[in-house]
Amino acid sequence: MAMNGRAKKKDIPEGLWLKCPGCEEMVYRKRVEENFHVCPECQYHFKVGARQRIALLADADSFEEYLLNLMSPDPLEFVDRKSYVERLADAQRQTNLYDAAVVGRAYIKGRPVILGVLDPNFIMGSMGSVVGEKITVAAEKATELGVPLVICSASGGARMMEGILSLAQMSKTSAAVARLARAGGLFISVMTNPTTAGVAASFASLGDIIIAEPRAMIGFTGPRVIYQTMKQELPEGFQTAEFMMEHGFVDRIVARSNLRSEIAALIDYFGK
Amino acid sequence: MARLYLEFEKPFTKLEEQIRELEEKQRRDGIDASAEIRDIRKSLIVMVRKQYAALSPWEIVQIARHPDRPQTVDYIEAFVKDFKEIRGDRLFRDDRAVVCGLGMIAGERVMIVGHRKGHDTREKVECFFGCAHPEGYRKAMRCMRLAEKFNLPVVAFIDTQGAYPGIGAEERGIAEAIAVNLREMSILRTPIVGAIIGEGASGGYLGIGVADRLLMLEYAYCSVITPEGCAAILWRTAEKAPQAAEALKLTAPDLKAFGVIDDIVPEPLGAAHRNPREMAVTLERRIGRYLRELKQIPVEDLLAQRYAKLRRVGVTIEAASGSSAGSA
Ligand SMILES: [Zn+2]
Repeated sequence: MAMNGRAKKKDIPEGLWLKCPGCEEMVYRKRVEENFHVCPECQYHFKVGARQRIALLADADSFEEYLLNLMSPDPLEFVDRKSYVERLADAQRQTNLYDAAVVGRAYIKGRPVILGVLDPNFIMGSMGSVVGEKITVAAEKATELGVPLVICSASGGARMMEGILSLAQMSKTSAAVARLARAGGLFISVMTNPTTAGVAASFASLGDIIIAEPRAMIGFTGPRVIYQTMKQELPEGFQTAEFMMEHGFVDRIVARSNLRSEIAALIDYFGK
Repeated sequence: MARLYLEFEKPFTKLEEQIRELEEKQRRDGIDASAEIRDIRKSLIVMVRKQYAALSPWEIVQIARHPDRPQTVDYIEAFVKDFKEIRGDRLFRDDRAVVCGLGMIAGERVMIVGHRKGHDTREKVECFFGCAHPEGYRKAMRCMRLAEKFNLPVVAFIDTQGAYPGIGAEERGIAEAIAVNLREMSILRTPIVGAIIGEGASGGYLGIGVADRLLMLEYAYCSVITPEGCAAILWRTAEKAPQAAEALKLTAPDLKAFGVIDDIVPEPLGAAHRNPREMAVTLERRIGRYLRELKQIPVEDLLAQRYAKLRRVGVTIEAASGSSAGSA
């Protein structure tokens, strides 16, 4: 299976028109794609895969990938209604990735960075051993090379099918980020839709600057579980980027079209 | 006090009743039944051993949640000398789901942080059944920083199903609170000994669960999510929790094999709830041993070892070669 080629677009279904989940209008597919995968009518930010995200953020042809063949051997031999091996194979087919993270060196408007990106279409961007290892290596490379670390998260949290090994990636990645911070490195965390649970409760919340895309879902516990526990209506806009900014956990909300220049400007401000 | 028996403990009740009856008869009628009692005790021991050697992961989860199982506060009462509780995160309030304080364990001055579940209904409600809010994790962090400043080792007692799933917890940044603890505990310049005494589930466990030596009691469990939570998501019904418990590989031997824990602390015959006093003695000794061991390690070495330990957990392979390689 050739995995390293350009990813085929999967999250936006084929066809000339597509229905926007934001405004429920039929929008011309090509216009969405040309508009950073953002609805031209209501600015809804469509989910983008890891390769697309890199194409949107990094300077053309500047990305050099690390650990591109890393994958999970299914250490728990996990089976629920479906086996983890099958889930992995399906996700690999759908995304042309071996796992939910892509990391490497890149330039953003001429500034060297270590760039890490999670793919929301690969088992919900969940973090198992591969994602944890890649994020850890990204933080270590940023520390070693003295360049800023930029991570775009899009994840439902720890990957249950790797059990405790997935939970352990939270402390592993956070420890790597701690070392980067101690070395004076800059970490810009970009929370995209969704950034929740084990990823929100580890590296994604540890950025020196935390940027979120508009209306991205950000939180720890899923809204359904909270509703079942509290038996109380959830507040308006609960667990959106805007809600999290209001409560002091997101620094800036930045539209996808401005993300590149925003990151470049921040890097310059911090003199990195 | 009426004792709660789990399903697989029920065969023991008959023999235990027989022993009690004989003991009473001895007292009442002055006859010597000691030989008979000894024989029943022997068969009881054999029975309990046999039963506990063949427990399913789901049964282990039941033991870890047994209402009579000793909790953090019970261990503090049993073997922490001169405990001085420290309250509040100095930001919002005092979360009763986390207990912190100074004390002596096995002759060593330590800072204690732990989950507090509560025994009776009032306590349980007061501390949300051991599910902490952000302020609980921030209180723990404040106490750990205090420990670092005054060179006191940290002892963490872990016993939770996870952080509290509530609106307030989200509004006050439960994700951020846990993340900060993970980062700070990984570079805390003082030894940390952790002990998973009952339930170690989800990020709520991890928020005080980064350690130089992580111990786990024999019948505790440790998992990315509770079996019910996992079953509700992957099987779409919480009733599949026993299957989820099996699939998650959450027992102490599993955790040891994955390199997540360092040591399994043996429990008394029939688990901690059947002999809390013996359990406390064993745990105190074990914690004391690691405290003395860690004290000898220069702090820079300690931090390097701690990072290496966190760093190597995980299993990956290279797709191209197809060869197996634990991520180093
Ligand atoms: Zn729209």
